[in-house]
Amino acid sequence: MKKLLSKRLPPLFHIKNGNIIDPFRDKEFVGDILIKNGKIVEVGEKIEVTDEVAVCDVQGLVVTHGFCDIHAHFREPGREDKETLTTGSQAALAGGFTTVCVMPNTDPPLDSPESIRFICEKATDLPINILPIGTITKGMKGRELSEMSAMYEEGAVAFSDDGLPLVDGGVLRRALEYSSRMGVPIINHAEDPTLKLTGQMHEGRWSTKLGLIGIPYVSESIMVSRDIQIAGFTGGRLHVPHVSSEKSMEYIRNAKDEKWLVTAEVTPHHLYFTDSDLEGYNTYLKVAPPIRTEEDRQALINGLKDGVIDCIATDHAPHTVEDKESPFDWAPNGMIGLETAFGASWYVLFENKIPLRKVIELFTVNPRRILGFELDLFRYGVEAELVILDVEKKWVFNEDHIYSKSRNSAFIGKELLGYPVGVISTNRFYSNDETFFSKYMT
Amino acid sequence: MGFLRHKHLLGLENVPIEDIQTILDTAFTFREVLDRPIKKVPTLQGKTVVNLFFEPSTRTRISFELAEKRLSADTVNFSASASSLTKGESFKDTVQNIEAMKIDGIVMRHPVPGAPIHLTKYVDSVIINAGDGIHEHPTQALLDMMSLKEKFGELKGLKIGIIGDITHSRVARSNIIGLKKVGAEVTLCGPPTLMPLGIEELGAQINYNLDEVLNWADAVNILRIQRERQGVNYFPSVREYRALFGVTKERVEKLDKPLTIMHPGPMNRGVEIDSDVADSENAIILDQVLNGVAVRMAILYLLLGDKPPEDKD
Ligand SMILES: [Zn+2]
Repeated sequence: MKKLLSKRLPPLFHIKNGNIIDPFRDKEFVGDILIKNGKIVEVGEKIEVTDEVAVCDVQGLVVTHGFCDIHAHFREPGREDKETLTTGSQAALAGGFTTVCVMPNTDPPLDSPESIRFICEKATDLPINILPIGTITKGMKGRELSEMSAMYEEGAVAFSDDGLPLVDGGVLRRALEYSSRMGVPIINHAEDPTLKLTGQMHEGRWSTKLGLIGIPYVSESIMVSRDIQIAGFTGGRLHVPHVSSEKSMEYIRNAKDEKWLVTAEVTPHHLYFTDSDLEGYNTYLKVAPPIRTEEDRQALINGLKDGVIDCIATDHAPHTVEDKESPFDWAPNGMIGLETAFGASWYVLFENKIPLRKVIELFTVNPRRILGFELDLFRYGVEAELVILDVEKKWVFNEDHIYSKSRNSAFIGKELLGYPVGVISTNRFYSNDETFFSKYMT
Repeated sequence: MGFLRHKHLLGLENVPIEDIQTILDTAFTFREVLDRPIKKVPTLQGKTVVNLFFEPSTRTRISFELAEKRLSADTVNFSASASSLTKGESFKDTVQNIEAMKIDGIVMRHPVPGAPIHLTKYVDSVIINAGDGIHEHPTQALLDMMSLKEKFGELKGLKIGIIGDITHSRVARSNIIGLKKVGAEVTLCGPPTLMPLGIEELGAQINYNLDEVLNWADAVNILRIQRERQGVNYFPSVREYRALFGVTKERVEKLDKPLTIMHPGPMNRGVEIDSDVADSENAIILDQVLNGVAVRMAILYLLLGDKPPEDKD
């Protein structure tokens, strides 16, 4: 297995001269962070340390909260040939993530308290926080509710049948009502199968040109609209994953105006690519929901600008090379995304003049707020979860940058902006940059 | 090798007009060969062509096979149902195994759009697309153009109607692309449920009134209609389809000028086309079949042959 370089932190670790971005207090300053036995002691403009201390001067680099991904598929149990919790953790660290929520569409699905416990126990030895999402319905069949309360007690942080939509509005209603006492969201993969049919890519001029059956944007927006109305009606907490179309944005905007408990995420690949990129039938760009038009892409960017979309989530979906080498219609949906998430997003958002501080929020406090996690990672006594970023680095992503067990990334060969050079998590220092690592960790 | 701009024939999309011209000219010379008592030339002696059919097809496969045999190529047929392939051996393994047997060309029919483009990544052989899902069917469009040229002498300025299920038709797509390149005008007609979004951008017009289209056109290409596809009904009944879009005897008789009738086959007589229309003297449906062999000979020869077109025997 491919692993990042890593070393246990010295008892006292002093990060100096970083461009510190505190997304919780919305502050940015040049300063220091002091970590003792893996926990935050102090964050400030200049920290005087008298004890013997290991110093890490990160002048010119950004230091901020470790990233949080609320939508990843680690394929364990069932498809360990694609990804495991262990390999997925390495991919996460390479992308600057210290917390990842894993989707329950495994084999078998995470639809019982036992399966949630299985993930939580496995995750205790891993270098990042892995938090399971439980299914909404038993066996992801869309009919009977899973034992949400028992799963919540075992550590489930949200509920979703992701990969499959909840077609039955009554089931969604009861799920939203039932989960409201736990205060965790229901995440519904919004694609109406009666409108999607056997669609393979966004329906429009490119699907017509390529002769691929189209997936109309209404297949998403109609379900987003329905879900939001049910959320408004029940007062339940709804999270809309991987928004892909301009029309869906209208409904989410409306829900926020109504002050309903609705949040939304967008993936880096929906921000970076458009349907015209499918010319050549690259199966790595086959995702669900599909990559849509330039107008949709602009709407998503605007949604991030004005806060209609709360956060960025990867929808990291590993598949084997063999699976993705199939002809287009037979290839499975999804691409890996942890390693490229920040570089791809910052590349697009920088071009669109969204300030860095705002982009950092989309990866840190905003996703954590959706799931009710600790927001102030610079608070005294908190387990240190930090990422060190070179935000000016332009780089071309290639297979060597992949730590996932799978390689299905459409970003291979693409230019990205911003590189996570180091991560602090579970009292260890991680890096995939040898020069950087050896400078501080010898 | 090859006398065309590109190594493969994947679709008409990237074929320049000069190459379309060359293919049609060559096809007409092969058409003469087909009219001789001995219909065989040694042009592709020693070359091996595999007909790789991942989807059932009798007509296109026989047409290609005949074209290969008339050119003296060695041919092998490989048929597999798509369903067995999705589960078992991967597409890549299948095609690489076949290529390992030292072949020169692959003629492929596949249910998935873009599959021939996919194939170019895994094999070095010359690839000829014999239909990829609903994407393209370039040899069909070329034989249609040849048949029109035979009938009218000139393609430029011709008015062609394409009638039927445009969404699920690779024949329609390749025809629109090819006919636009040679300067013909194309109008599409069929139920709105079977008209793909943005098809006008390929350069075609849409008119949902069949009588108007028949009046306007010099020739119509009538597509085979299927009421149901994967459990979805795109129009209410055959009766209603026939009433709105069937090329019936009554409709054709009303016209004040002769209308050339084409159909890529197989026909649903009495549904999209009346028997009287299909068998009328204005129908060139059987010429299309013969020209299909000539066009496929031309393509095989231009992509796999060793000698330039002029020295051909
Ligand atoms: Zn999903």
